[in-house]
Amino acid sequence: MARPITIAVLAIGGQGGGVLVDWIVALAEREGWHAQSTSVPGVAQRTGATIYYVETIAPEPGRTPVFSPMAAPGDVDIVIAAEWMEAGRAIQRGLVTPDRTTLIASTHRTFAVSEKEIPGDGMADSGAVTSAARVASKRFVAFDMAAMADRAGSVASSVLFGALCGTGALPFPRGSFEATIAEAGIGVAGSMRGFALGFDGVATPPVVVTEQSAPRMLAATGYAPYDALLSRAALLPSDAHDMLAEGLRHVVSYQDVAYGGVYLDLVESVAEHAGLVETAAKYIARAMAYDDVIRVAALKTQPSRAGRIGREMGGQVVAVTEFMHPRMDEILGMLPPGWGEALERRPGVVAALGRVLCGPRRLRTDTIVGFLMLYIVSGLRGWRRRTLRYAREWVRIDSWLDTVRAVAVEDPALAAELLANQRLIKGYSETHSRGLDKFTRVMVAAERLRGRPDAAAWVRRLREAALKDEQGSALDEALRTVESFVRERIPA
Amino acid sequence: MAERSFAREVELLRLGAGAEFRGEGILAITKALLENGVGYVAGYQGAPISHLMDVLADAADILSELGVHFENSANEAAAAATLATSMMYPIRGAVTFKSTAGTNVAADALSNLASSGVVGGALIILGEDYGEGSSIMQERSHAFAMKSQIWLLDPRPNLPSIVSMVEHGFALSEASSTPVMLEVRIRACHVHGSFTAKDNRPSPFSLTQARNAPVRDTGRIVLPPASYAQERDKIARRWPAAVAYIQAHGLNEFFDGELSEVGIILQGGMYNSVMRALMRMGLADIWGASRVPLYVLNVTYPMVDPEVVRFCTGKRAVMVVEEGQPDFIEQALSRILREADVPARLFGKRVLPMAGEYTVAVLEDGVRGFFTAAGLAEELTPPANAAAMLDEPDVRALASVVPARPPGFCIGCPERPIFSATKLVEKELGQFHIAADIGCHLFSILPPFNVGATTMGFGLGPASASALNGGEGKRVLSFLGDGGFWHNGLSSSIANAVYNKSDNVTIIVDNHYAAATGGQNVPSSRALVGRRSTGHTIAKAIRGVGARWVRQIDRTYDVARMRDTLREALTTATRGPKIIVASSECMLNRQRREKPLMQAAVKAGKRVVRPRFGIDQDVCTGDHACMRLSGCPSLSLKYTGEKLRDDPVAVVDNSCVGCGHCGEVSHAAALCPSFYRADIVENPGWSDRVLARVRGAVIGFLQRRRAARHWMPA
Repeated sequence: MARPITIAVLAIGGQGGGVLVDWIVALAEREGWHAQSTSVPGVAQRTGATIYYVETIAPEPGRTPVFSPMAAPGDVDIVIAAEWMEAGRAIQRGLVTPDRTTLIASTHRTFAVSEKEIPGDGMADSGAVTSAARVASKRFVAFDMAAMADRAGSVASSVLFGALCGTGALPFPRGSFEATIAEAGIGVAGSMRGFALGFDGVATPPVVVTEQSAPRMLAATGYAPYDALLSRAALLPSDAHDMLAEGLRHVVSYQDVAYGGVYLDLVESVAEHAGLVETAAKYIARAMAYDDVIRVAALKTQPSRAGRIGREMGGQVVAVTEFMHPRMDEILGMLPPGWGEALERRPGVVAALGRVLCGPRRLRTDTIVGFLMLYIVSGLRGWRRRTLRYAREWVRIDSWLDTVRAVAVEDPALAAELLANQRLIKGYSETHSRGLDKFTRVMVAAERLRGRPDAAAWVRRLREAALKDEQGSALDEALRTVESFVRERIPA
Repeated sequence: MAERSFAREVELLRLGAGAEFRGEGILAITKALLENGVGYVAGYQGAPISHLMDVLADAADILSELGVHFENSANEAAAAATLATSMMYPIRGAVTFKSTAGTNVAADALSNLASSGVVGGALIILGEDYGEGSSIMQERSHAFAMKSQIWLLDPRPNLPSIVSMVEHGFALSEASSTPVMLEVRIRACHVHGSFTAKDNRPSPFSLTQARNAPVRDTGRIVLPPASYAQERDKIARRWPAAVAYIQAHGLNEFFDGELSEVGIILQGGMYNSVMRALMRMGLADIWGASRVPLYVLNVTYPMVDPEVVRFCTGKRAVMVVEEGQPDFIEQALSRILREADVPARLFGKRVLPMAGEYTVAVLEDGVRGFFTAAGLAEELTPPANAAAMLDEPDVRALASVVPARPPGFCIGCPERPIFSATKLVEKELGQFHIAADIGCHLFSILPPFNVGATTMGFGLGPASASALNGGEGKRVLSFLGDGGFWHNGLSSSIANAVYNKSDNVTIIVDNHYAAATGGQNVPSSRALVGRRSTGHTIAKAIRGVGARWVRQIDRTYDVARMRDTLREALTTATRGPKIIVASSECMLNRQRREKPLMQAAVKAGKRVVRPRFGIDQDVCTGDHACMRLSGCPSLSLKYTGEKLRDDPVAVVDNSCVGCGHCGEVSHAAALCPSFYRADIVENPGWSDRVLARVRGAVIGFLQRRRAARHWMPA
């Protein structure tokens, strides 16, 4: 029995799904076919997930087709997903089936708010969509069409239209696709470039390059004091070498070569537990290179930055404005411990100073004066070891690592989790204090869990909960659970 | 200026007799109005018929050539009231709005219109906002038609049927002195198809004739005793006249089928979906041939009893497909069959769900259920559904992966900073009861803002907080958009608050357009529009109704000022309503206006500077606090690939329009120093180059100096 070719387009509002659908309809009609398209207008078109649907059929004299107004599960020949998770959504809706569906999807991600607002890593697992697409589709074509559109100076719809042509799922010649674009008459040159890239993309799927920094093996630099550190690191287990190289580079850039020596001392202090070295190399480096004003100033004035901004912005940059917001605790943290603590005991003075020194500041780092201000702050690096903040950070680091070493003897897995808790401390100002608070609570709970066979698993669970939301509600709940069974254990 | 321009498509409205019209449903409806001599058109935008208003606005020239008067009504009530002209004069009029939201607003005028009756055809085109893509409560227009006795057309969702129902709708209205509703479902509004055009024709009786020869008839005014006579006339004369017209012109359609012992009675709007369900079962083909007899109700109210009896007589069982609830049609059918003693069994909501959209899959299940219940031993094509595939572990795993993607604020939206500020104030003062309204600003109820507890209707945000006014403790905060403000909020919400001495706080979100419905102009729009009078500021209007504590903020992106003003409103000792008018232009509209100008300037070689935001990824610690105060689509995530990091960092992608929110919010919330603004220059002048060289030299010297003092590994 005659059946139409059915096409569903899943897009995000504002992505140009409508343009693609208009092209498909115009293409079918210029080939003399009947075509119908439907869409769901309304608020979904403000950045929400939205679906378009096209049916088309070759004409038969004297007859008019009755098209369906919507895509029905199991009935769709071609599914075009303009974003990777939308491909997943199409599969979930049953629109992609192994008996008939050609799935054309762009692999790029546009993250949903629910993924972005997580304080930890909320990004959805793209691999899950790949696995599902392999199972669900008859034919599966996927590549990063947004990147191609960028390259073509066009929009994703032109690349998708090219990919649609490339699959041959529609029985129309390439010339007709191109004529359709030309006849629509808007942004023709860019759309043609995008179309060609999409078309070729089907034949030769581009190699997917996963972004990964090149491994920094412990290769000598020619600078003797540093190379001495590298040689020391080389004596540690080899599977930790990459991490050690990265850690050393990080702390030496942050402070100086001597600081690198301290770093190795600390890593070596857990070296008797071979399994802990890599984790220790990672988190001790992050703890030692805590985020402070000096570091921010150094990063904002480093030579590679101007070039990177120029590349990212794609043009000549005439002004770079920084949004700084110095706070009194940051300023007090820069003073010697005695002075800082003395001032902290006088909140009135701190508040008065705050009114003068703190608050939102815009700083132009492309100008000589603005640059010089940050340059001077970054020059305070040598002073860092004498500051209140440094003293406090090191009290915390020492007590954290004391615990790790003590625990490592009885439960190395738990020790690894305690090291990884460093991940909770990040950010500036309030974000930083919130993180520190979560870290402390997880460490206190870990102390109570010590000795249980599932202690490591529970600490991991607590940390993951802490990274779920800003206020720590998930952590509160997880801690209540821990509390309930830890209390039970106490003998009557 | 509306979001979507139909300037090109409206040329189709000039097509003459015999030409093939190809386009969208809303354009076809407009063309049909012109072909049928409509004298005036009015309406209020709202999905799914927003674009019908946009088409009409873009077709202003064609309309005036034909002497058609077109109004952008203040609201649906004003639109419906416009039909009063057809009450007294033989002039055809059409109004349009979304339903049931708009029909609710229009109810007063519609009831009066229906009671008085009409002499000129009166057509109410309803965008039935039900099912997927709907943005309102799920109700039916059917109830309105029944309570006021307005005839309800529900044409098959293809262009020729819709166009033909416009024609018959006018004629039916005139034949029965009754206004007629034409219901168009969400997908039908934008269905692309074709039909054969006829010539446009002007109204035979002009609006000028009406003005110059006014008619007055107290029998048409809804006051006793006329109102009693009008009700009797509805039953005694208008209803039979309507039934006679529907029968005589065959508005409902019968499709024969070989399985004559059963049949399906369906709303016209459900026809294509039912046909696809039948096709999937092997009971129909793509060319419209069905093995099951069909009785298609292109008129769903009133029912034509003899047609029902004729269709059902001799059948074992009949299925009724009626989307939505209550089951008005099914109840009517039961009554008709019982009274006529027709023994056919009736299956409706017994085999189909009582509530919710009837998708093809739902209908297929229903028809299969009907065949089983009716005891039909027909061999059916087995379900082609995707159940087996959906059961695969890899596919099931998607449930915890694919994120929900509700609508949200666009890139650079000026409403975003208003809600960032609200969140910051809540962090200081604790949570408030927040009454939301209808409009883009309602996206505030979703993550990341999670602000707003109620929404009671367009323009009713502050009114919905009335009971919480006064007394001790916290104040209540309400939102109101400029669209809702002019729709009815000025009186329902603002004057109401002033008169009742409310102590609450209202933020009026003024983005210069009715943005959610597609960027239509409102009285306070800044742009000068030749055909409309704009530039009437909201601040003046609210002062005019007696508001005294009024703060105008002309750059909503100033988050700190927004926050401070809101804090002041919530804490000031001053009594009376506190109203903040937060004004910045809708970014979609602004970009549409400015982008082409900028591109032209760049092309012409002029020096153009545009701002964009960026993030230093080594400064960003991956806490994403910025996302929780923004949610801008151009703020994205990225793994850096550095081994020392676990969490992705924030990035600004190249869709950034440089609105400034990122910088303002990191200042106001003391977030983090990783954001920067880059001003990018196109066609730089010599001064740009010299300055860059001088600065580069000094900065480069300083950087080399540092490198010499602080050795760093590469």
